[in-house]
Amino acid sequence: MPHTIYNDLKDSDNKIKKTKILQALESEDLNVTFSDALDNEMVLNMGPQHPATHGVLRLLVSLDGETVKKCIPELGYLHRGYEKLAESCSYHEFIPHTDRLDYLQPIANNVAYALAVEKLIHLDIPERAKYIRVIVSELGRIQSHLLSVGALFMDMGATTPFLWAIREREKILDIYDMVAGARFTTSYTRIGGVAQDFSAESVSAIKAFIKQFPKYLQEIRDLMERNKVFIVRSEGIGYLSKEDTIALGVTGPVLRAVGVDRDLRKDEPYLVYPDLNFEIPTYSDGDSLARYYVRAEEMVQSTRIIEQCLDKFPDGPIYADAAKKVLPRKEQVYTKMEELIHDFMLINFGVNPPLGESYMAVEASKGELGFYIISDGSGHPFRLKIRSPSFCNLQSVPAMIKECLISDTIVILGSLDPVMGEADK
Amino acid sequence: MTEERLKLIMSKIKIFDVEYDDVNGTPRITPHTDNVLEVCEVLKEYPEISFDMLVDAVSVDRFTKNQRFEVIYNLYSNKYKDRLFIRVKLDSRIPEMHTLSVIWKSANWYEREAYDMMGIKFINHPDLRRVYMPEEFEHFPLRKDFPLMGISGSIPLPNK
Repeated sequence: MPHTIYNDLKDSDNKIKKTKILQALESEDLNVTFSDALDNEMVLNMGPQHPATHGVLRLLVSLDGETVKKCIPELGYLHRGYEKLAESCSYHEFIPHTDRLDYLQPIANNVAYALAVEKLIHLDIPERAKYIRVIVSELGRIQSHLLSVGALFMDMGATTPFLWAIREREKILDIYDMVAGARFTTSYTRIGGVAQDFSAESVSAIKAFIKQFPKYLQEIRDLMERNKVFIVRSEGIGYLSKEDTIALGVTGPVLRAVGVDRDLRKDEPYLVYPDLNFEIPTYSDGDSLARYYVRAEEMVQSTRIIEQCLDKFPDGPIYADAAKKVLPRKEQVYTKMEELIHDFMLINFGVNPPLGESYMAVEASKGELGFYIISDGSGHPFRLKIRSPSFCNLQSVPAMIKECLISDTIVILGSLDPVMGEADK
Repeated sequence: MTEERLKLIMSKIKIFDVEYDDVNGTPRITPHTDNVLEVCEVLKEYPEISFDMLVDAVSVDRFTKNQRFEVIYNLYSNKYKDRLFIRVKLDSRIPEMHTLSVIWKSANWYEREAYDMMGIKFINHPDLRRVYMPEEFEHFPLRKDFPLMGISGSIPLPNK
């Protein structure tokens, strides 16, 4: 206890004997005296450049000794104004921008945005494209959870599981490279379908990945789940009650860690999720450990989903049959007149959805990712609101961090898993 | 949302004289600006309705002469697994409304974002600061009269 050491320093007159190190620190320029240093509350600035915040999050923390009394998160260091930018982009042009929202699973954002626009223009896509989208978004979920879990371990000082998780994640990025032509900024979906079909090579790569992944995931879990340091540092840390979690609008694994089985894949089904057999893992403890367990179980469920998708994988087109809405294939643009005209009109004037509004949300790895689009009938959105899960989840940080130790803030942020690209939009 | 449930909700809030429309399949109600709080209280507190979660708030600048601004709240019920939008139409000159953070705590940040981006003022809000833009920024960037390229000089550059 720091206070007992401090008391020993007091002499008979109850004055403080300054240790030599404090004397050395005092100088004429410095306007601080150290006589009551340990009695005072202190304000600490964490971030925006801090490795544990996983981005450019800034936390202002007021401390009493090592205990956090109050915490104010400060956002906006990565604000690029995507909602404003969307108002001058055509619907197709905005797809690459969605990569930069949650940059840990860009492909799931592409899927969410494409679904939102398709809902607005009432377009149904072919079965094969739906299966492809499910497979890539579940790969994205595994990828994002792997990094989240691995980084949580590394924040606690365990490097090995982080490297193992990154090794698995690298395999998914290689699959993306094969499927979409880019490892990170995939821009894979198009309105009415996906950019390219799966090749036989990429299907076998996904099959190979799915076959070996559960074994390696179990290896990572074996290493950590019986590790005393990990359990002591995460059990009961960052507790948030069920009522508070719901009141603060938190979604995703953090909400499922308090026992609410809210998952939009089941509750507001989209794509082919109703045909697939999977479970929603929930835990009721509401602490960082429970959040870790939810993510670990979700990776297992995602593997199951991809397995079923590959079994049922139908043949057929990957583009909807709607020439006025869907970009034609490039080889047809160069050879056929009709397609050339459609390509010209779609690129220059856009999709032109009917007048109206639409909201579509998907279950991304962080929570509910939604797009509220208002169309005025022209080629670009009148207003596009991104409901980003990280922004809404970050609102719960002050409630979680209160009365924790300063070292626990790192674990709590890791267990919440915010991505600042998405939180700052 | 099932038909019966929608009927039940509408019968509970009938006294407030709300408008009804739907957003591509999801019901949306528009109460008068004066009794938004009462309507929201009914929607949250009645156990048969039980919209316990506020998921999002969308601020809109319609750029019309009257009732230029709107806030569309996105409600979700964890018990019945469905969604409802509440639209609040606001005055063009002085866009302000009472905060909903007294009913749903999560409205705190959503309304801060709406204030930051659209300049909508929320009365009795616990902490109405800008979320994204710097504190000294004077404009509201998502308004339709704010140019895409920004206003030069609105953000002072650091001295060399």
